[in-house]
Amino acid sequence: METKNIMIVGVGGQGTLLASKLLGRLLLTKGYDVKVSEVHGMSQRGGSVVTYVRWGDRVCSPIIDKGQADCILSFELLEAARYTDFLKPGGRIIVNSQQINPMPVIAGAAVYPENLAEKMSALDAQVDAFDALTLAEAAGSSKAVNLVLMGRLAKHFDFTDEEWMDAIEHSVPPKFLEMNKKAFESGKNA
Amino acid sequence: MKTLMLGNEAVARGLYEAGCSFVSSYPGTPSTEITECVAKYEEVYAEWAPNEKVALEAAFGASLAGKRSFCAMKHVGLNVAADPLFTISYTGVNAGLIIGVADDAGMHSSQNEQDSRHYAKSSKIPMLEPSDSAEGLAFAKLAYELSEKFDTAVLLKMCTRVSHSQSVVETGERQVPAQKKYEKNPAKYIMMPAYAKKKHPLVEERTKALTEWAETTEINRIEPGEKKTYGIITSSTCYQYVKEALGDTYPVLKLGMIWPMPEKKIKDFAATVEKLIVVEELDGFIEAHCRNLGLAVSGKELFSGIGELSQNIVKEKLGQAVKAGETLSEEIPARPPVMCAGCPHRSLFYVLKKLNLTVLGDIGCYTLGAVAPLNAIDTTVCMGASVSGLHGFVKAQDEEAAGRTVAVIGDSTFIHSGVTGLINIAYNESNSTVIILDNSITGMTGHQQNPTTGYNLKGDPCTKIDLESLCHAVGIKRVRVVDPYDMEACQTAIKEELAAMEPSVIISRRPCALLKYVKHPGPICADPEKCKGCKACMNIGCPAISMENGKVKIDNTLCVGCGVCGQLCKFGALSAEGGR
Repeated sequence: METKNIMIVGVGGQGTLLASKLLGRLLLTKGYDVKVSEVHGMSQRGGSVVTYVRWGDRVCSPIIDKGQADCILSFELLEAARYTDFLKPGGRIIVNSQQINPMPVIAGAAVYPENLAEKMSALDAQVDAFDALTLAEAAGSSKAVNLVLMGRLAKHFDFTDEEWMDAIEHSVPPKFLEMNKKAFESGKNA
Repeated sequence: MKTLMLGNEAVARGLYEAGCSFVSSYPGTPSTEITECVAKYEEVYAEWAPNEKVALEAAFGASLAGKRSFCAMKHVGLNVAADPLFTISYTGVNAGLIIGVADDAGMHSSQNEQDSRHYAKSSKIPMLEPSDSAEGLAFAKLAYELSEKFDTAVLLKMCTRVSHSQSVVETGERQVPAQKKYEKNPAKYIMMPAYAKKKHPLVEERTKALTEWAETTEINRIEPGEKKTYGIITSSTCYQYVKEALGDTYPVLKLGMIWPMPEKKIKDFAATVEKLIVVEELDGFIEAHCRNLGLAVSGKELFSGIGELSQNIVKEKLGQAVKAGETLSEEIPARPPVMCAGCPHRSLFYVLKKLNLTVLGDIGCYTLGAVAPLNAIDTTVCMGASVSGLHGFVKAQDEEAAGRTVAVIGDSTFIHSGVTGLINIAYNESNSTVIILDNSITGMTGHQQNPTTGYNLKGDPCTKIDLESLCHAVGIKRVRVVDPYDMEACQTAIKEELAAMEPSVIISRRPCALLKYVKHPGPICADPEKCKGCKACMNIGCPAISMENGKVKIDNTLCVGCGVCGQLCKFGALSAEGGR
């Protein structure tokens, strides 16, 4: 099979690493060759963070380059807009519509662009923008945005519920398992 | 068992399986997780050392005592450890010794983009370079065999993309070789001129023997290609970019050992292809070797020595089409890293900026004090440079200017190499004011313990170095502690210490806001009735504060309630009351 590519983007501290860990586990149990590339260190401090998840028969490069992503899974609206050039023609953008102002915007040196979801829809892309934060809060914690987004992703990929649940169970602490499962379901069904 | 592992985690696994029993490291992105992961194996003794030089010397001591040992550092850490490195090359080892070093092309989290491969060549220590996690594990094991076979330390070179990418590995069992006996051997271990002169020729002999090994080892392998128009020599993550971009189109010589490199194997490979191309990040290291062999080769004329490469870059430079996706016509504002909400460094930097001081900075989270709106730092060079630099700066200035200059350095960085600079300040008597930003943890690299925290790498309580006593002991009489959340107290302390006609240390002490044991009071309440929209609170660059319709707004998911913004508001619009 041709290598599949998902870019997980967001703001440092939003929980993107858990999402990639979960996805990596799921893909490995499916028997694929998998590579997941993460960002650690300075950029994690509230900066723009990118994680690449790739799977197939044989995956060489750990990174996704411009024009190669089948899907951009974004934890924040501006971050999805930042990386549209990484998307394949007709690729999918799943985006939490939450807006987090970066420091240049807070400091008044830049403006947060308006109507980004609509503008992205005008590109050669299938855009699915929704409020994952509210769903996460309803499930029990704003920190569960990552599982809400995983749930949304699950709609578009051909993995069974059992496979997803196994990956979730192996990726989140037991005491938050039920809440995270709830968040996953709400993302999937919303 | 097949599992997905970070490159760093896989190296740790390889160390474990090879029977490594002693690890001493100093944290540094992207190398940190090797040591954190190996520390999880009960059988392995692992510690954080105060700096990389100490770490390497400790690991060397353990090797001398007969146990397989390891130390890890980032590229710039190897500069600190370079002193023992060059002479350990002469002594060789008893039990195997591996030095892990992780480069950071692209400077994701570093102050420069140096290429560590030069250290292998100049110290004459062999260097292995894995290209993914499976090789990380395998090469760690192989490095011990090489180390003991050729009586040399071995450098294991990682880079950000290999260290911080997960890929599939197959794990094995741990096998611990019997501890080797330490035997006195002055000619081997005492490197004074008489012995060192006899050792140097043996080092050159060893390099010849390693070059022979490089000719035949499987880790320097030729992969055939369909066309002979190009032949590509590559290593590390660049090998993965080449295979991703070109598949099996062209023959590839993949080097697993980057120094010493084979000669005949490269010449033979070159003879089978029309054009020889080297794909490597940063400097033209392999390329220079090829030129020394008299081969015509293209490398840096195609592939930049600045930043990272990628599969698209490889394609483009070899004349293949690459198509990026569409971009929005909008200007997308940058999102640089920022100090966290509640960070104890923020308020101190605000005071430094308010006092309009010249601030010599250092390496850590607090380097972020350099960015807008705080703009509080004048210099950042390397670990410890703030303190030693301040001494020179103050000595070279008149008294008045000296009274407007301070150094800022974190607790871990101070122990790493700030304390020697402070000794110089005391000994050579400069009227310097050093501020130690003691947040009780090594922050930027992701919360590692250090000698001032009272806990060791394994999380057990241990001897805690008392910073006040340490500063007193090196000869600083004026040492005082402030709470950075109390900006008035900080301002008073800084003004008084700058006015004092002798060296002083101010310890700005409050634990990192992200530490689990730190309890926060909860978000501040913003009162739109009282807010006059003056934006005074915006001057501290807190990610939790923004303006909406001319009024201050607090992001409750980020705000921890440190109360610093409230100290800036003259109208009482930001208070602890009601919001908590």
